[in-house]
Amino acid sequence: MISLLLVVLPIIIGIELLLIKSENVKQWAFIQSLVVFGISLVPYFSFQPTADYQFVFSQPWFPEAGLTIKLGIDGISYLLVLLTTFLTPLIILSSFKHQYKNANVFYALIMFMQAALLGVFMAMDALLFYIFWELALIPVYFLSALWGGENRVKITFKFFLYTVVGSLFMLAAIAYIYFQTPGSHSFDVAEFYTVILSDDSQRWLFWCFFIAFAIKMPVFPFHTWQPDTYTVSPTPATMLLSGIMLKMGIYGVIRWLLPVVPFGVECYGGIAVGLSIIGIVYASFLAIIQKDAKRLVAYSSIAHVGLIAAGVFVLNSQGMEGAVIQMLSHGVNVVGLFFILDIISSKTGTRQIEELGGIANKAPHFAVLFMIIMMASVALPLTNGFIGEFMLLMGVFKYSVWGAVFAGLTIILGAIYMLNTYKKVMFGPESAATIGFSDIGVNEKAVLIPIVIMIFWIGLYPKTFTDIAQPAVEQLVNIINK
Amino acid sequence: MNALVSLSVLGVIALISGLFSLRKMVIPISVIGLIAVIGLSVADWDSSLRWYNDMLFINNYSIVFTSLMAFTTLLIVLLYSNQADSLDVPIAETVALLIFALTGAMVMVSFSNLTMLFLGIEIMSISVYILAGSRKRDFFSNEAALKYFLMGAFATGIILFGIALLYGVTGSFHLTGIKQYVINNVNTLPSIFYAGVLLVMVGMAFKISAVPFHFWAPDVYQGAPTVVTAFMATVVKTAGIAALYRLFSEAFGDIEGYWAKTLMIISALTMTVGNISAVVQTSVKRTLAYSSIGHAGYFLLAIFSMGNNSANAILLYAAAYSLASVVLFLGVIMVEGQTKDDSFEGFNGLAKRNPLLAFGIAVALFSMAGIPPAAGFMAKFSVFSAAISKNYVWMVILAVVNSCIGIFYYFRIIKAMYMADPTSEEKLSLSSIQNTVLVLTCILTILLGIAPGLILNLI
Repeated sequence: MISLLLVVLPIIIGIELLLIKSENVKQWAFIQSLVVFGISLVPYFSFQPTADYQFVFSQPWFPEAGLTIKLGIDGISYLLVLLTTFLTPLIILSSFKHQYKNANVFYALIMFMQAALLGVFMAMDALLFYIFWELALIPVYFLSALWGGENRVKITFKFFLYTVVGSLFMLAAIAYIYFQTPGSHSFDVAEFYTVILSDDSQRWLFWCFFIAFAIKMPVFPFHTWQPDTYTVSPTPATMLLSGIMLKMGIYGVIRWLLPVVPFGVECYGGIAVGLSIIGIVYASFLAIIQKDAKRLVAYSSIAHVGLIAAGVFVLNSQGMEGAVIQMLSHGVNVVGLFFILDIISSKTGTRQIEELGGIANKAPHFAVLFMIIMMASVALPLTNGFIGEFMLLMGVFKYSVWGAVFAGLTIILGAIYMLNTYKKVMFGPESAATIGFSDIGVNEKAVLIPIVIMIFWIGLYPKTFTDIAQPAVEQLVNIINK
Repeated sequence: MNALVSLSVLGVIALISGLFSLRKMVIPISVIGLIAVIGLSVADWDSSLRWYNDMLFINNYSIVFTSLMAFTTLLIVLLYSNQADSLDVPIAETVALLIFALTGAMVMVSFSNLTMLFLGIEIMSISVYILAGSRKRDFFSNEAALKYFLMGAFATGIILFGIALLYGVTGSFHLTGIKQYVINNVNTLPSIFYAGVLLVMVGMAFKISAVPFHFWAPDVYQGAPTVVTAFMATVVKTAGIAALYRLFSEAFGDIEGYWAKTLMIISALTMTVGNISAVVQTSVKRTLAYSSIGHAGYFLLAIFSMGNNSANAILLYAAAYSLASVVLFLGVIMVEGQTKDDSFEGFNGLAKRNPLLAFGIAVALFSMAGIPPAAGFMAKFSVFSAAISKNYVWMVILAVVNSCIGIFYYFRIIKAMYMADPTSEEKLSLSSIQNTVLVLTCILTILLGIAPGLILNLI
């Protein structure tokens, strides 16, 4: 029941926000999203450390057509559910300083988005997964296209078209596999794991799934929509896209690609690893030359996600576990980074790195928090980034030494562009734009401090989170290597 | 049969009421009449009836399609109630013609004898030829009527030729007779029989505007009064598809191997040409015409694959497509009426001028594009899975690619409505009837998307 509640409640909240049109819609949205977060914590206390799905809700929808509403939580999906419910209140809180017109629609869309994301992470039925996957796209498209910056219509449309194209291929693949399942056919995840698919069909099925997921992550060369969309979207939408939606792609690979078409992965997994590593190096170099800080973070996000994708496709438990942890860490860190950029740009009116400088003197608290989040994103030991990236690199290393060498560039190059940015923005002489910079207030701290706590929590004691995911990860690795 | 008789009587009543200056009553009478027709046809549920010496065969298949088309006509008649002034033909005649066309369509989905198929096509087509030209003093309307008539007459002739050949070989007009002949002589069918099948197929392809027999469609859709275009895009197309499926599944189901490939090529061409041509249009009506060609391709996908669920898939698709088309054409009517312009710019800023209409159009476009939770998604999904169940994987991939192209031009309208600035600040208001139609179709579109089981297992 609780899994159903987690999908339905945000929808109800969204509808309610649409209807009430209150002046205090932000506060309302924030409080109610906290309630959702609270509910999502409940399963933690009765969570069994096994690989099975728990809290399963199953209700036939159209048995004749094989459609079932089947939701459940296992270790991997629970971490992502927590990530979603944890980040949504922070994202709402981070937007308090902005006045969006039609604010009730804005926050309702965020809540609809949350419902769809939670549905994606909990769906145990392939068609249901697909439906939530598509549903997640619509709110964020409108968030970006209606409240975005310059040139938004064209850019967000490209984003929309790109992702829909990918997911339609996935739909074809899902329908094909459905008809291969024995008996009266089923979309159930367990059926998908045991269905026998011919080698030839697995080859094309792999690409159908891979393109859908690769576009969402995005993996090189399917990334071209991403920098523009991240840059042009309003910050809450960018956070949703980078913090959570991107994880849909990785989750899709882990849940629906690797165990379903193992032979396809065996054939083409190497290409996927290769593309991911090319993406890491390529995006890191592009990040170095960016002048717009938001764009820089967008490219760094491609690099980080490339490493996660590589870790997933090497098919060993280190890579997989690293990917799960790094999904959490990256979600937390990137939301923090985008919020910091949002603070800077709303206080100074610019995101151009060259026009900034000397903020550290003016705003010491801000400087410290920014420093910690930046350190986490360059994977310094003791922070969350280190745990995840270390495990990922270990996984890639076991697969290929040269792969690990190039993938390791993400840390080195990441340090270059992040530290360089920090130096230029925070130190040095004050510029015209930063002369009046005041330190952050309670509101900003309320967003950044939970993020910093998470950074250290995962960095110092990752066991809290790995324990949840480990059995499920091990079972998946067994299924894949069977 | 009651439904068919009462529908014909309803048409005559509508016509006569024009004579006795009961013009105000035409719409209410026909609305009540159409509801009664739906009720009468549903009353025959589950009672396979053969009427008039087995000329018509009423089963659940014909009942659901009859009801769907009658319901669509009902919505269009309601929309027409505000449009009466824009046409030169009096309201009684127009409504009567719509009802006669529906009668023909009803015969087309209920036939069990090829002569009835021919009669149904003729009854429907002739009414629509006149309707297409009902803006008498408009050059484009005249052009549309003439083109449609010439092309349509040829197509009917070709169908008739095909029927004659089939009769010559099999000695029967009855679907069951033809089927029996095919079973008995499955390996020794003369080539003239296949020629007959092919000619009927070509003629029907004309009627549903499948490529390469589609050239009339854009001009006719654009030139005809928009209400009539809405009727052609929904009822006429549904009737053609349903008749085609009935004919091929009942009579030629056993020699599927001979015609499925031909129909597959037609389907592939239809969806590709339709969707690609739609992208480059500047007029919304022309775009919708090409999009309707593209949808014919998806329909054909379900027909040639002849999967277990094909009939249900066609029904769901026809329902989703008709509902969405009604809303889209309502949008075109309103925008065209205000700006005298059917280009995409006319839709600019519609979300500010009339949020409800813009939202309804957006839902309809989502449905057309096949994005959940609108009905179009479930419809596309069931059509695609009908094809995949018969292993037509490449066709489905082509259809998927075409759906992506479709999103491109459907979203041009959404972008214009929500993201462009309005060209004029003037509000666009709908009458209460139009609002009702709008809200009703929206609710149905989403309902069918969430609960396709409502109609998915009827046949």
